[in-house]
Amino acid sequence: MIEFILNDKKISTKENLGMATLDYIRKVRHLKGSKLVCKEGECGACSVLIGTLKDGKLHYQSMTSCIMPLANAHGKHIVTIEGLNFEDKLSPVQKAMVDEFGTQCGFCTPGFVVSLSGYLLTTNKPSKEGIIAAIDGNICRCTGYKSIERATDRILTELVQSIQSFTVQELVDNHFIPAHFSNIKNRLQQISTDIERKEDNKIIGGGTDLYVQRPFEMYEAEVKPIYDDPELNKIEIIDGICTFGASLTMGDLGRSKIFSTALPNSAYIFKLLSSTQIRNMATIGGNLVNASPIGDFTILLLGLDSNILISDGRNERQISLKDFYQGYKVIDLKEKEYIKEISFKIPNKNSTFHFEKISQRKYFDIATVNFSSHIEIENNVVVSASLAIGGVGPIPMYLHNLAKHLIGKTLNTNLIESSFKILQDEISPISDARGSATYKRLLARQLLLAQFLNIEPNIYSIKKLVSA
Amino acid sequence: MNNIEKAKKSDTYSVDAHLHVTGKTKYLDDLPELQGTLFAKVHYAKIAHGKIKNYNLEKALNIEGIVKIVTYKDIPGENQIGGIIPDEELLATDEVHFIGMPIFIIVAESEIAAHKADKLIEIDIEEKEIITDPIDAYKKNQFLSSPIKFALGDTENAFNNCEYVFEGTANSGGQEHVYLETQGAYAIPNADGSFLIYSSTQGPTAVQRTVARVLGLSMNKIEVDVNRIGGGFGGKEDQASPWAAMVAVSAFLTNRPVKYILERGEDLQMTGKRHPYKSNYKIGLNKEGKIIAYQASYFQNGGASADLSPAVLERTLFHGTNAYFIPNVEINAFSCKTNIPPNTAFRGFGGPQGMFVIEAAIHHAAKEMKVSPIEIQEKNLLFEKAEFSYGQLTEDCEAQRCWDQAKEKYNLEDKRKKVETFNNENDTVKKGLAVMPICFGISFTNTPMNNARALIHVYSDGSVGISTGAVEMGQGVSSKMIQVAAQSFGLSEDQIKLESTNTTRVANTSPTAASATADLNGKALQDGCDQIKKRLSDFFNKHWEITSNDHASFLDNKISIGSQSIDWTEAIGIAFLHRINLSAKGHYATPRINFNKETGKGHPFAYHVYGTAIFECTVDCLRGNYEIDSVELVHDFGSSMNKEIDLGQIEGGMVQGIGWMTMEELIYDEKGRLKSGNLANYKIPDIYSVPKTVSVQYLDTKGAELAILRSKAVGEPPLMYGIGAYFAINNAILAFNPNANVPYDAPMTTEKVLIGLYS
Repeated sequence: MIEFILNDKKISTKENLGMATLDYIRKVRHLKGSKLVCKEGECGACSVLIGTLKDGKLHYQSMTSCIMPLANAHGKHIVTIEGLNFEDKLSPVQKAMVDEFGTQCGFCTPGFVVSLSGYLLTTNKPSKEGIIAAIDGNICRCTGYKSIERATDRILTELVQSIQSFTVQELVDNHFIPAHFSNIKNRLQQISTDIERKEDNKIIGGGTDLYVQRPFEMYEAEVKPIYDDPELNKIEIIDGICTFGASLTMGDLGRSKIFSTALPNSAYIFKLLSSTQIRNMATIGGNLVNASPIGDFTILLLGLDSNILISDGRNERQISLKDFYQGYKVIDLKEKEYIKEISFKIPNKNSTFHFEKISQRKYFDIATVNFSSHIEIENNVVVSASLAIGGVGPIPMYLHNLAKHLIGKTLNTNLIESSFKILQDEISPISDARGSATYKRLLARQLLLAQFLNIEPNIYSIKKLVSA
Repeated sequence: MNNIEKAKKSDTYSVDAHLHVTGKTKYLDDLPELQGTLFAKVHYAKIAHGKIKNYNLEKALNIEGIVKIVTYKDIPGENQIGGIIPDEELLATDEVHFIGMPIFIIVAESEIAAHKADKLIEIDIEEKEIITDPIDAYKKNQFLSSPIKFALGDTENAFNNCEYVFEGTANSGGQEHVYLETQGAYAIPNADGSFLIYSSTQGPTAVQRTVARVLGLSMNKIEVDVNRIGGGFGGKEDQASPWAAMVAVSAFLTNRPVKYILERGEDLQMTGKRHPYKSNYKIGLNKEGKIIAYQASYFQNGGASADLSPAVLERTLFHGTNAYFIPNVEINAFSCKTNIPPNTAFRGFGGPQGMFVIEAAIHHAAKEMKVSPIEIQEKNLLFEKAEFSYGQLTEDCEAQRCWDQAKEKYNLEDKRKKVETFNNENDTVKKGLAVMPICFGISFTNTPMNNARALIHVYSDGSVGISTGAVEMGQGVSSKMIQVAAQSFGLSEDQIKLESTNTTRVANTSPTAASATADLNGKALQDGCDQIKKRLSDFFNKHWEITSNDHASFLDNKISIGSQSIDWTEAIGIAFLHRINLSAKGHYATPRINFNKETGKGHPFAYHVYGTAIFECTVDCLRGNYEIDSVELVHDFGSSMNKEIDLGQIEGGMVQGIGWMTMEELIYDEKGRLKSGNLANYKIPDIYSVPKTVSVQYLDTKGAELAILRSKAVGEPPLMYGIGAYFAINNAILAFNPNANVPYDAPMTTEKVLIGLYS
């Protein structure tokens, strides 16, 4: 049995924990405001807010309930569109959407309202960029988004005029969210967050891939939820090594001060990774064991030459991430084993970390090719290099040959051109829905070049690459 | 912010929008389910073409909760759903023609049970050769309907007199509708053997007709009700019918309510999309850049059955020359039969595909002639009384005025210089500029469809209920209908209630399509209101003993004749007691229009809509991705009756067009399998991929007589602005690499951009 608060009602349920939260909301509780559109987390129409009590603080995140395991609702505050409604008026978010004609067919609208309301609950420094980022996982097919942008302008203006401290209570007092939010923190403190984690059950983290691949199977699956396992949710830097738990999400890392110390200027990377909702759900461990050849975080961590700590609950072993991938979706992980921790050496003053991702749609898309590297240069000579590339082979690819080629050499035009050739020999892309092999080879070269240009902006003219 | 003066907001919009933003709107899947409701699920073909040898349903039937698995043999009426041509089975009998073709309907107590059974159905299909490319189909004489041709002047001779002649190919890809609400229907059997069908459809009458045909019942036994739908874009014009027919058959056979809401993956696999086209063109110009002759052949990828393809094909020809006058035109179109799902209506309805080709031809010519395409576009715009290839002459032609106003208001010349300077100063980032004029004809090109009806009840307390054949799908037609009634009676909008679209109240409706819904239904509604007003006017003349029998005026909640005046509510109460008929059925059939399909000549459109958009984009020449910086346009709304709603149509339609031209890519593999068969692989614009700024100017015009309240149709035309994005990006590539080889092959994906940059 799990317990949580759904809008303003305390719920205890014995429904199967593998059930998708949206199914619970729509079919069991008959709350029809959250819409089922894609069952892939690809549109945000089912967005809900999840309030979590951690270290005595209540914080909210938006998530797509269509692929969220019900197990992960345990001990949380689940807010659907119904939980944002006032009895006798519209909230400022809702009113702005109405006044700016930000809704047409209306099917995506509850999701937008939820995400925008979530922004109020998470920001303490409202900005145009921030509020738009809050709806980066919400798709609208009717409006072309411009009217929704105008609505966000209105919301921002109202926020800035009336809110100073951005506490839940201040938002309640100014009628941005309904009164029942006031007491949630106290009520959540009454609910135990303990949950049974049966060893033989199917391990689930955020559910962002399992629920896309096998939605019906998960409906009745016996699960072992590890999303909130405190053992897997730590992050620290010791002696220049950043170590973090595998259940941390991309969202957790994106917000982590420790992580941004480890990888400064990484904000642009998080923007390239899926959407706000998915980042809030997707665990790093899940990204790694998924073994997708184009997993963004996988490539990022490979480029940092990370290590992973694998556990079966009793024994632990540490291996290099580059040895983890053995073939297409074949990984060095035995029955009952799971990734516990990930660690990497943080860049120093002489080294540059670089990440690139190209997809059909610039944001909120799966990569065609992604690339990451960590290059250390002293006196214009490459002293260490680790590079990884995705989408050009059956596994997330660590570029052994290219790394070897670069180390010890002077960074100049010749090295760049010779590295192009080594790269092409090392990769083996195929044509698929994300692009042709020809394109992926071209892209691989360009992204490698982008890395060099990031280190040394004028070192190479791209004009040279145009066919004569 | 755009520079539009804020129009008075419609209260009605706000009523609808209140429900949306609070999540209270009820769509099909939100209706309470009746006790005993069963769930249907389609088992569809996994092979694109083949003969069904045998099948075994036993294991599937053994799953707990399976009530029935329906095969074609169980269909009580005709196993036929083809709307224009009867060439489409509801359930496959002995052959399958595309991956996604329905074969069985699983009817179960729960969706989970249906899903389990689906996996256990065994079927043996002998594979046959497949065709996915329209040119292959053309070579093999595989057509869905007869070829059609429009001609004007003497093209053959005209080419001989041209200074320049260029030939080439231009292809455009398909487009998935991605209406957020998937297809679905809910059938409830009545005691007398009739059925109530809730359907997410743009065409309630099409659903009614199809269900009746499949059940072998007359149309009066089928009531179809549509409250509103979560997006349609053409995808639910004809293709909402099969699901309704399936739940109806299942309800017929089980005598229980049956519901089916398609999963997104099922919807993507089974339903048709915008037609991909392959086309050849030949364009001839004189020394000054005047287009003298134009020839084109369009090969439409129609899919496995006709659906609406013949009508879509025709509209490609209607818009083959876009907003240009060309004296000699010969254009031919072929609807090619292939083994992909039957393609269907999608905002623009074949028009965009035709326009893309003429724009490509102009771009090609400009490149060769070393002038800007803008010069050629500008020299060839339509003018008053110019003849289209189908014989209609322009009236109140706004092509030039839209162009001139856009050029002036947005400083086109200055913009061109700035882009040139930017490109001279930057090596790795290039800007591209393109202008996209549009001209789009309003009316169903199948003349008999241009009619509508409306039912109006004035209740004895003065409140008003209206029903029309229009389906609200986000385009704001509900607001417009309420505005029409409120304005007609001189009431406020909150006194009018718009009912659901229901075939029992309003019969024989045309689908909500062709941008013409507000015009047709609004005019029918006006007619109905006028009838009631006339009766009230006659009555009060008598009642007040006014001998001159003046027309009453209906303003500000009052009915007045001369110096006499009475409050509306009181007036209705009196009229009711005097047994005045307070209900009316309005009817409207668009006057003047005609089209002879044999000769390809006539006057098919009530009027045309014009506009001009200027696109500017920036291409990252290192990575091959791009951003649309701005779209600035002048649009001919006529005299807009609801500026905010119409602006939403412009912005939304334009962005949908940009999606079609840039990132939305449908890929079928050699087996006819849709590789972009989920939203992870098929990308539509997100908030970051839309133009950074969009400016919309209203052309100052009196509007068209045949438009409702002189407010021109606005649904489809803006989609075609999106074509400008393709050419802006193309021009940025050429700025980086003047010798770039960029075939005219939309969408302009990041792949094509990067390959083009380094070609």
